[in-house]
Amino acid sequence: MERTLRDWRAITVFVGPALLLFVVILVVPIVWSLGYTLTEGSVIAGFHFVGLSNYVRLAQDPAFWSALWFSVKYAVLVSAGQVFFGLMLALLYSFYLKRSSVLVRTLVFLPVVLPTVAVAQLFVKLFAIAPQYGFLNSFLHAVHLDDLVQPWLGQGGSAFWVIVVMDVWKAMGLYAVLLYTGLMDIPEDTLEAARLDGAHGWKLTQFIILPLLTPVIVTSLIFSLNGTLKVFDSVLALTGGGPGTSTTPLTLYMYKTSFSYSQYGYGSTIAVALTLLCMIVSLIIIRRSREN
Amino acid sequence: MTTRTAALSALLVLGTTLAAPVTFLSVQNEDQGATKIIGELAREYQKTNPASPYTYQNAPQTDLAQKLQLLAASSSLPTVYNIDQPALLGQLYKTGQAADLEATFKKLGIYNTLNPAAVALIKRQNDGRLVTLPLELNIEGFWYNKAIFAANGLKEPRTWAELVKDAATLNAKGLQPFAASGDQKWPLTRLIGGYAARKYGYDVMDRVKAGTLKLTDPGFVEAARAVQDLGKKNYFGKGVNTVDYATAVDQFLQGKAAMIYMGSWVLSDFNDAARNKIGTQNIGLFNFPAVTGGKGSTNDWSLNTGISTAVNQKFNDADLGNWIKYVFTRYGNKALAESGMITGFTVTQTPRNLPVLTSLTQTKLKAVKNGYLWFEANFSPKATSVATDNAQLLVTGDITPQDYMSKLQDALK
Repeated sequence: MERTLRDWRAITVFVGPALLLFVVILVVPIVWSLGYTLTEGSVIAGFHFVGLSNYVRLAQDPAFWSALWFSVKYAVLVSAGQVFFGLMLALLYSFYLKRSSVLVRTLVFLPVVLPTVAVAQLFVKLFAIAPQYGFLNSFLHAVHLDDLVQPWLGQGGSAFWVIVVMDVWKAMGLYAVLLYTGLMDIPEDTLEAARLDGAHGWKLTQFIILPLLTPVIVTSLIFSLNGTLKVFDSVLALTGGGPGTSTTPLTLYMYKTSFSYSQYGYGSTIAVALTLLCMIVSLIIIRRSREN
Repeated sequence: MTTRTAALSALLVLGTTLAAPVTFLSVQNEDQGATKIIGELAREYQKTNPASPYTYQNAPQTDLAQKLQLLAASSSLPTVYNIDQPALLGQLYKTGQAADLEATFKKLGIYNTLNPAAVALIKRQNDGRLVTLPLELNIEGFWYNKAIFAANGLKEPRTWAELVKDAATLNAKGLQPFAASGDQKWPLTRLIGGYAARKYGYDVMDRVKAGTLKLTDPGFVEAARAVQDLGKKNYFGKGVNTVDYATAVDQFLQGKAAMIYMGSWVLSDFNDAARNKIGTQNIGLFNFPAVTGGKGSTNDWSLNTGISTAVNQKFNDADLGNWIKYVFTRYGNKALAESGMITGFTVTQTPRNLPVLTSLTQTKLKAVKNGYLWFEANFSPKATSVATDNAQLLVTGDITPQDYMSKLQDALK
């Protein structure tokens, strides 16, 4: 094995194609994009060098900071929700439903495979106010709570929570399955020994299950945080970033800047900021988990 | 020249002659509005000129600018294309991908088929150049439900104060005064633009462009406040920001709202008997009312020529000239006769039975003293976005009129 790893020809044959693909698909566009951040212009008018002015503009742009704040706020809440409810569901499958959990697992997993646009349409209808009341407003009206009837998606505060609820609901099934497989890997002997020592319920979860499940939880968190920091489709389909720009994450701001406003250089600068954010979050989580 | 070279040259010449297809990239469906009329005329032309086959391509309006940029970057723009960004069109003109239509139409001897008022509007929007076709000539105003007005003892309002008073009367009786699509956003900014035009005069946005007026000036803040007040009093109905275009039009056509501010392109929806439950005879139109102390006149109307449509200069040869001549000398008559559309092309045969609302619009158009463009017509895409996005927050009271206008003024820089 060691001899094979020292053989540069073997390395070239085994690693080369994958490395080449990685470089062409990932590294080249990132470097290319980095180059764009130093320019201003469009594909038609041409690009010209502007130095670091896009970075200066980024630091002074209130729309960028508000999009960044939205992305972070959203990512923290949704990731926490997805992994927490995923964990609760996994524990439910494993300890209460046991062998009969197949149907429930399938049902909870169903939204994961549904297209985001379809799920968003469903939520638009659930929270609608015009032309007809959606489910929630109809319910409030039926129980004579008309004062609470409101345009849930038409005002920034409530629209944010609708997006959070939708994305937690949509993805918790995936994390439930991931964590459930982690639970399956915990040896029954260990659990049995803990039970004999008097650990039951929350104590068993706290001292045995959660520590053994930590690697899977950390992986889930990295997946979830990176996915939620890059949220695009659910926001676009549900609110389009509005009302105003109150539900605009970095990704949507980057997209609009590049493709609607034709400011490719500045759009790339926002993309670089987003990449850095994802890298920092991943590094923090990996480092913390290693320390533990 | 060898036989082989001669044969090759002949093939090339033949190929050039044969390959003169005309492609139209449109945001409309093929059976809709101007795209339908152009498609029918192009296919008619194709029957006698098989060397000019016509093809239609569709692009959603939200992706149009992006698609055009990618096509233009690879020099692959189609023959005729919709374009919704004047700045982008200016760049395409400079890079030889958009034709000077004044020169083209004059060369073909058909410049007199263009309505001078429509030409002037296009030139105002495009630095004095005629670079798009006036496929429509739309007038904008408040369309109202005559039955609802009569039942509540209301008359067409002449001033903004009367309009607000009428709205209050309707609202007090449980009727929604205005239908508006806050989801589309622009129906809200149109009201701010209209108010500003009455306050400062029809050339208000040209003065903003020239820098002699600032959007933070008191008249603009007053305009934003006036529109915000309508929103705060719920005159646009509940959840205005979630109401899409079709829903807003349906609210009006089902008698659920008394008024809607809209351009005359909406006539195709009004003339659709399946959607219109209140009847075309029951619909009236009044201009944006006067405002206190305003310099603008109610003889000035907001006009536009529909979604801009340009011709690719790269294909602007004799073959395309023949196609243009055939299609656009017939376009005005056909659009009016078949769809009741008012266009920027002269009409030589007026149909006997025009739809009632088309006649009404024509009458109003004839009386126009000065035309003005919509609020964001001179704005960059970024400033347009700032204007429309924040209008949603304005009508819900989440941003003050001062903040709205100062954000917009900043975006103009």
